[in-house]
Amino acid sequence: MTETDADPTLKLAHMARQIADFFKAYPEEKAVPGIAEHINKFWSKRMREDFLAAFRQDDPRLDALVAKAMPKIKGWQA
Amino acid sequence: MSLVQEIDYGTPARLSDKTVTLTIDGESISVPAGTSVMAAAMHAGTKIPKLCATDSLEPFGSCRLCLVEIEGRKGTPASCTTLVEEGMVVRTQTPQLAKLRKGVMELYISDHPLDCLTCSANGDCELQDMAGAVGLREVRYEGGANHFEKGSALTLPQDTSNPYFTYDPAKCIVCNRCVRACEEVQGTFALTITGRGFESRVSPGGTDFLGSECVSCGACVQACPTATLNENAVIEHGTPEHSKVTTCAYCGVGCSFKAEMQGDKLIRMVPYKDGKANEGHSCVKGRFAWGYATHKDRITKPMIRAKITDPWREVTWDEAINHAAQEFKRIQAEYGRESIGAVTSSRCTNEEVFLVQKLVRAAFGNNNVDTCARVCHSPTGYGLSTAFGTSAGTQDFKSVAKADVILVIGANPTDGHPVFASRMKKRLRAGAKLIVADPRRIDLVKSPHIAAAHHLQLKPGTNVALVNALAHVIVTEGLLDEAYVRERCDLLDFEVWARFIAEEKNSPELSEKHTGVPAAEVRSAARLYATGGNAAIYYGLGVTEHSQGSTTVMAMANLAMLTGNIGRDGVGVNPLRGQNNVQGSCDMGSFPHELSGYRHVSDDATREAFETLWGTPLDVEPGLRIPNMLDEAVSGRFLGLYIQGEDIAQSDPNTQHVTDGLKAMECVVVQDLFLNETAKYAHVFLPGASFLEKDGTFTNAERRINRVRQVMAPMAGKAEWQVTAELARALGYPMNYPHPAEIMDEIAALPPTFAGVSYAKLDAMGSIQWPCNEKAPLGTPIMHIDRFVRGKGRFMLTEYVPTEERTGPRFPLILTTGRILSQYNVGAQTRRTENNAWHDEDVLEIHPFDAENRGIREGDLVLIQSRSGEIALHAEITDRVQPGVVYTTFHHAEPGANVITTDFSDWATNCPEYKVTAVEVRRTNYYSKWQEMNREEDLTLRVIAGRLSPAAE
Ligand code: SF4
Ligand code: SF4
Ligand code: SF4
Ligand code: FES
Repeated sequence: MTETDADPTLKLAHMARQIADFFKAYPEEKAVPGIAEHINKFWSKRMREDFLAAFRQDDPRLDALVAKAMPKIKGWQA
Repeated sequence: MSLVQEIDYGTPARLSDKTVTLTIDGESISVPAGTSVMAAAMHAGTKIPKLCATDSLEPFGSCRLCLVEIEGRKGTPASCTTLVEEGMVVRTQTPQLAKLRKGVMELYISDHPLDCLTCSANGDCELQDMAGAVGLREVRYEGGANHFEKGSALTLPQDTSNPYFTYDPAKCIVCNRCVRACEEVQGTFALTITGRGFESRVSPGGTDFLGSECVSCGACVQACPTATLNENAVIEHGTPEHSKVTTCAYCGVGCSFKAEMQGDKLIRMVPYKDGKANEGHSCVKGRFAWGYATHKDRITKPMIRAKITDPWREVTWDEAINHAAQEFKRIQAEYGRESIGAVTSSRCTNEEVFLVQKLVRAAFGNNNVDTCARVCHSPTGYGLSTAFGTSAGTQDFKSVAKADVILVIGANPTDGHPVFASRMKKRLRAGAKLIVADPRRIDLVKSPHIAAAHHLQLKPGTNVALVNALAHVIVTEGLLDEAYVRERCDLLDFEVWARFIAEEKNSPELSEKHTGVPAAEVRSAARLYATGGNAAIYYGLGVTEHSQGSTTVMAMANLAMLTGNIGRDGVGVNPLRGQNNVQGSCDMGSFPHELSGYRHVSDDATREAFETLWGTPLDVEPGLRIPNMLDEAVSGRFLGLYIQGEDIAQSDPNTQHVTDGLKAMECVVVQDLFLNETAKYAHVFLPGASFLEKDGTFTNAERRINRVRQVMAPMAGKAEWQVTAELARALGYPMNYPHPAEIMDEIAALPPTFAGVSYAKLDAMGSIQWPCNEKAPLGTPIMHIDRFVRGKGRFMLTEYVPTEERTGPRFPLILTTGRILSQYNVGAQTRRTENNAWHDEDVLEIHPFDAENRGIREGDLVLIQSRSGEIALHAEITDRVQPGVVYTTFHHAEPGANVITTDFSDWATNCPEYKVTAVEVRRTNYYSKWQEMNREEDLTLRVIAGRLSPAAE
């Protein structure tokens, strides 16, 4: 995990993708709010802020569902 | 104070709806049908002399001391094997009986040494008592053949191989109690009677105790009426004079013990019959391995140092606490409110854990509190509360006696939860069917009189695929309990789920690719689970410690709901918790997103209730979990940590990452019994108190709240809860509790599940299973009886997602980890006891095939390399593991098994993926660099602690 140690926000993206992996069994209209709710419930404010600051929705390193969930994450600014 | 005495009714209690009334010595008594005359007499207050009977064992009828006369019956039947009948008239004392009993005793005593005065069981011997009871005054058979006189051909040597008890054949009366205890209570079948007639003696399978199958549970010692099997501590120090009932501090079974004392010296721990979790049974850890509590390594003076490279300096409590408080304040002033946090311990009491989380929320002003349950059972909390609405197992332990099919997934009960395993084995011997899903052939798969119907030997990391496949068979073959699902579960969710699970990809045939388990085997296991009667699931860390840990928990919940196996005796989904108070530490609000009682910090009403009681505003934002704390530490934003009784540097995955995080902090406060691995990175050391030194409660895996009682004064002068309260005060937040009972009162005033709990009620009832509140004033043994706590049971889609930790050409083997019976977790306690007689190092289990390919022979030192690091262990070649899988335990700090585990973790809870690491193994002549470095550091640490002169090693 040396890569994520060097850039901690990559680790957050990785965590978000794992969450998306669980919810992707659901149709998108359930999966997207599910992912955002999970992040809002379990991530600290700073983790959410760091994450939102580090990635734009069109970042290719993000899982597609995670990108779609971003606007629902607390602290999101369009 | 005196010894807590328990009545021995002679034969086990029987349950029956029918009552039988009889007359014993002119007194009328009513007892349940099926009760023995002996037990009925005891209920009436009459003790019939006995030797071979005791109420933990089925009657045997061999000693003939318990004879009685029954009107209308010929002869003198044995009262232990005679059942009561309506209208029976029994006499227990007549001249003829007295004569017969004297004769029996005389025979026993003629082959027994008469050295009572110097015997270790003097005053605690049933043979002595019976000689007294029958009025034996002389023995007429002197001088014959015997087993005790020096020079007698029949004399056998004492067996002192077991470090905790001694077998002295000279004193054996061949009552068979020990043999039966080993079979009936423990289920190990280590003992037999060898020889015939007069020559017969007890034998641990023809060898000595240590070399035998014996697991040192102590059941035989407990059952032995004489000094033949006796605790070494009693032999050395004499019999105890007072005792208190308390709770074992090792595993999540939560056994009750009488701590038997001489003054403030603990002589022995005797399992307590009234303890609902263990009903008088024990394992080697709780029964014998408590010596660590007074081990010379205990640190009893607070210590501080400015830098972790400085030597420790012993200081007063005040200085240490004020120093920690000043540092925390300084860090917060400099780096912000979020820059500090705490870790609570599943080893500490509920009251102590509650105070630490309160300290964080009320005094630190953030929610940065987490617990070591993060690394073991956090997925249980997440998964079960999502499906059912409560973060806990559904049954009491007793429920297993009603199970017809037992599915054990990723748990090794005989090693991890031995006393529960004994209950389970008892049920299995009586005919329940067993399905084991485990990558390794655990003992349960094949043990005396038990054989698993199915061993689903899956590849590590494929639990979800396997459980989905089981559900697939049940749905597609129409074996589900439709009525149950319709009545009890959310139908919309169910329908979506049923479509998902019926998809071809979830069939046993397709999942075989991932799991390696033959499809036919999965199909027949699924049929058995669905149609075999009451089906109960028991699972352990082999489920939770995976990147899909939470998913597996939900998949198992699906399976149980689908077949209607939730909400009554004999069924359920049950986590076998690792540490003694994992359940309690979670209940108490040790998670960064949840206040005590599992309510989210963002819930305004909940927060307000806490704010009113605590008189301070609380943070609405979830705090950091342990791995996130360490991440933030590495990036320089988290600098202060208070760690209560945990050794994260040893127990958490990817040691390098943990220690980097710790090294980056400016104030690490460790509260522990010993200078543990984490203390190497600490600035303040606050000595802890063992479970013998404080009052409090532990909550076991069946939600049972048990009392912990102080039997000796805290060696360092204070118990943890007192220190936490003082730290809070030094931080400017008032915390005043005269006794832990008051902390419990506060806990009861907060979350709804504990509303009815108090020390007074615990003292009266012995223990309470939460929820305990207005609706269930006496607690709740079985949950979700008429409805789920969340209302309707919820089926969640559980898609199998392979772990990212992949094997490949560089790392072709999968390493998985576990534990063994005699050692406990990181071993801080058990390694400081004589349990090392059974396990003195962690070894690597490897399949003969993989060993041969690598030229590895039994006992070779081998290097295990993963993407994270490398360590060296000795190899043990065994086909318990499958080809492609290697296995080790993590009980000894030195080899540092977690040096090689990765920091992949559960998607929902970040519970680390201990159970799957891709590795390569090869022969080596050297210990790894980390091990060498650690050994040096260890030495410095001990030199710094002043426990070793630099020249000593
Ligand atoms: S200690 Fe336990 S396992 Fe060993 S012989 Fe006695 S009853 Fe059997
Ligand atoms: S060792 Fe003790 S329990 Fe076992 S047969 Fe001898 S006297 Fe009875
Ligand atoms: S089973 Fe667990 S709680 Fe019981 S004695 Fe053993 S370690 Fe202690
Ligand atoms: S106690 Fe009844 S025969 Fe021994």
